[in-house]
Parts: sequence; C-alpha cells; structure tokens
Amino acid sequence: MRPNLKLARIGRECVACGCCASVCPRQAIRIAGGVIARVDPALCVGCGKCAAVCPAAVITIEAREVQA
Amino acid sequence: MKQKHWYDYLWIGELAYLVLGLFNILFAWLGMLFFTIPLLVALFGGSKAYCNRYCGRGQLLNLLGKKLSRNQPPPRFLRSRWFRYGFLTFFMVMFGRMLYQTYQVFAGMPLRQAVTLLWVFRLPWQWPDVSMASPWAAQYAYGVFSIMLTSTLLGFVTMLLFRPRSWCVYCPMGTMTQGICQLKHRKEDLVHGDGAESPADR
Repeated sequence: MRPNLKLARIGRECVACGCCASVCPRQAIRIAGGVIARVDPALCVGCGKCAAVCPAAVITIEAREVQA
Repeated sequence: MKQKHWYDYLWIGELAYLVLGLFNILFAWLGMLFFTIPLLVALFGGSKAYCNRYCGRGQLLNLLGKKLSRNQPPPRFLRSRWFRYGFLTFFMVMFGRMLYQTYQVFAGMPLRQAVTLLWVFRLPWQWPDVSMASPWAAQYAYGVFSIMLTSTLLGFVTMLLFRPRSWCVYCPMGTMTQGICQLKHRKEDLVHGDGAESPADR
C-alpha cells in the first residue's frame, strides 16, 4: 500500500459552511463549534474533493511533514 | 454512493417558498423560519448545523451549480472579514428599514404593494389581493419577500460566476451564526478551558 503523503489544510478564513465535510469520502472533516472546519490527519487521504468544493477557496492540499 | 437523508431534500422547500410567494405574498412570512432557525441553533446548540446540513438554499445552489457554475475560486475580498461583516451590516440596515416601513403601515400609512430586487428595482408582477390580512402583516410580507428574492438572486449570480455555494461565504445569516459560535465558544473556553467543539458537531 502506498503511503499517504498529502493532507488537506484549512485556512483561517474558513466560513464553516460545511461543504467540505459533506463531500469528504473518509468523514475526515468536522466543523468545530460552528467556527472552523478541522481535518483529522489520521483519516485524510489528501484526495482534494474538499478543496474543489470549498466556496471560499481556503483549503489547500499540502505534503505531509515526514517525521525522521 | 452516499445515503440520502430527509434533510437532503430541503431544497424543495426553498423552491416552493419562492414560488408560493409569487401566488400569495403572505407565504413570505414562512421566510422567518430561515432567519430564526439558524439563530436558535447557533444560540442554543452552539453550532452551524443549519448551514452544514439543513440549508435549503445552499442545497438548491449546489444542485443548480453542478450544471451551471463556472466553478472558479471567488475573489479574495469575498471571504475577507470586512466584506462579510460589511455585508451583514448593510443587510441589517435594510432589514431595519423594512421593519420601519411595516411600522409606518401599522401607524396608518397606505400599504405599498411592491417587491423590490436589489433594494431598487420593482419586480413587475401583479400581486394577488391580500385584503384578508392586516395591512402591516402584508407590508411585512412584501419586505421579507424582497429580501429573500434579492439574496436568492445574489446567490444565483455568484453561483454562476464562482463556486456553487459562493453565497455561503457572505451569507449574512452564516456570518452572524459563525460570530455567535465564536463568542459562545470563547466564553466556554474561559469557563471550561477546552476547545471549540459542541455536542452538535459530533
């Protein structure tokens, strides 16, 4: 199995609309306290579906930090 | 494929609201649900569950956007704090003006049977008779329907130009409920010292 090297990152300007959470195939995103979307790094596979639908365009797919 | 729930069909209610209002303006009063439910959910539930799951307008824009949207990222200013709170302030001023007009009719001024789009353009429509209701109740209905049609039009235009749910970025109700949640959780953090998470999120 290939290692999961990417991760969704939510920007601070998130409007907490929940579009990302509704399309996430791994249920890796939740809207914390109606304030901001949060990604569970253990579940996120970096597929980018959330970034494609985010109406505020605040989600980026970034490389995971590899621990030495 | 994701399993559908009853709340995935709330867009039908939004569509029905817009159509029913054209046939009897008093149906516009139902629009109060779209204002009060998100506020109550934010105030007592401490979440944006309404936006996240139950917003019929968001669902409708999503459905239409699948076919019609250019799917382009919106300009940066749209998500900026000053624009979102500025738009909320503008909307509240317009809402206040609408309440004042309702009061004027209550106080004896004649009913102004008009729905305006973008606060300026009068919708060319032959509005059915509303003499069965108090004039002030009818005036309020005209005002609410003007707000609902205007915001739907703005949502539709930004859906076409940017991403399907671009309206959610500057929706005054969304901005207000997010602000309430921010205040609420900041207070809870002070009391309990835990993160911004409410039972409604789980």
